[in-house]
Amino acid sequence: MPEFSFGNIMVYAYDMIGWALVTYGLDSKLVVIIQKFLAAFLLANFALLTPIFTIWLERKIAARFQDRLGPNRVGPYGLFQSFADILKLLTKEIITPSGADKVVYFVGPILSVAPVLGIWVVIPFASTMIGANLNVGVLYSVAMGGIGTLAIMMGGWASNNKYATLGAFRAASQLVSYEVPLILALLIPPLLAGSMGMQDIVLAQGTWFIVYAPIAAAIFFVSSLAEIGRAPFDILEAESEIVAGYHVEYSGFLFAIWQLGEFLHAFTISALVSVLFLGGWRGPLADVYPIVGIVYLLAKTYFVYFISMWIRATVPRIRIDQMNNLNWKFLVPLALAALVMVALVDKLLPATLAGSGRAWAHFATNVVLMVIVFGMLRSESRRLQNLSLPAAAPVAPAH
Amino acid sequence: MSAQQIVFLVTAGVALISAALVVTVRNLIHAGLWLVITLAAVAAIYVQLEADFLAVVQVILYIGAIAILIIFSVMLTRRVMADTGPQRIPQWPLAAVVALLVAGGLAYLLVQVPWPAAPDVDVSDTVLALGEAFVDPNLFVIPFEVATIILLVALIGSISLALPERESD
Repeated sequence: MPEFSFGNIMVYAYDMIGWALVTYGLDSKLVVIIQKFLAAFLLANFALLTPIFTIWLERKIAARFQDRLGPNRVGPYGLFQSFADILKLLTKEIITPSGADKVVYFVGPILSVAPVLGIWVVIPFASTMIGANLNVGVLYSVAMGGIGTLAIMMGGWASNNKYATLGAFRAASQLVSYEVPLILALLIPPLLAGSMGMQDIVLAQGTWFIVYAPIAAAIFFVSSLAEIGRAPFDILEAESEIVAGYHVEYSGFLFAIWQLGEFLHAFTISALVSVLFLGGWRGPLADVYPIVGIVYLLAKTYFVYFISMWIRATVPRIRIDQMNNLNWKFLVPLALAALVMVALVDKLLPATLAGSGRAWAHFATNVVLMVIVFGMLRSESRRLQNLSLPAAAPVAPAH
Repeated sequence: MSAQQIVFLVTAGVALISAALVVTVRNLIHAGLWLVITLAAVAAIYVQLEADFLAVVQVILYIGAIAILIIFSVMLTRRVMADTGPQRIPQWPLAAVVALLVAGGLAYLLVQVPWPAAPDVDVSDTVLALGEAFVDPNLFVIPFEVATIILLVALIGSISLALPERESD
């Protein structure tokens, strides 16, 4: 019989179920399969049900940013608004547009949620709690995130609607190109930790990696905002230009699945940022009582999520040329420079310098790089201003 | 038959059937989507071989980048929904001969080579071993660098192709 410990209660419950089933007389291999299925069921439902809360939270916070009240009719503080919306969406008819490619049309939204759920497999909730500690965890999360692009293209194309197809084109150009700085920035935590496993990365963060590599953290955060396709990077569903982009034809529950995918992806990206750069479950007492780690991880995740809501509620949508310029002329070169710099600095620093001293040395070089980059941006913008000052010559269309 | 064999047969079957569908369906977008399923099934086979790095790279590169670009270019270059391209190209007899030759050669190899069983090595941390093998002068550093140079040349070539003709202004 497993020993009870409150600090590790999830693992205790897991072991206890296994012990009980083995004592009942089941084959031990079958018991392991049952245990894993139960854990996967719980994990998937945790991830799937979180948006019910975060949608309310996001509407409430966005409302406050815009000097409104937000949902306030259903339940205390409008807490049950999401349930009312779910009921409404469930009872609405699912309309399939004429000429739609039926199978692809239905698979699209499902394929947008499933890979995001897959990312939760490698997120370490506590020192003893992780779905699967893959030694390629970081790459795995990128691979799962990349499938979302395919889902959006499928949904947009299968709708047989020109606005939906335009949204799919925009999605392809934006998501594929922002994957480049995303992956480059994502290389830095494994470089510092010496492993691509998520749990190893968290364990290596005696000092959080945001101190080691603030530039990489910022690039990762910005390009993952673009990967989710929310404001200010929501040109793939820009309401004022292409109605609602790739999901314009979707109604009822299929539309709900698209929304679920978007909110879940936003929450998942926040969890990834907190695992990779904010120390994951690390915090006081989290080593001794793993259950505290869950609280830390969720607190950090909600903090990052709040920042993304803040950006979403305050920054206007960027144009498509700005989107391309930001990526190819700023984020990609900066990510390459940061990657080379972190690798060099990590090798050049004496091996005796460990812990926070090493972290601050990395931080200092990051600040130097940032100052250089901002200097270059400043002189470039001065040059552009001087160019456009003398004559009101027609500006060549940027494309 | 063990559970492992059943899983392998199912994934291999999915890979083969969807590969056949890639070349037989009339709708080009559908062909692209079947290609995605083929690639995913191959990734699943890599997972069963405990080559997790290869499996993940397969998903990132082939599904996340190449298949999406193929579908994207099909969407851009053809009429969106109604397109059913011709099923054959004029050179199909030549292509059939080449394909038969390749298949025959592969089958011959399969019969002739005494396939040794893989040594029972620890495969728990393939990524580290792979990374070290890439920069080890005694192993793969030269092929690795040659491959990177080829990719770099392709990259520069595509940029120079995509650059607009410089207007004199």
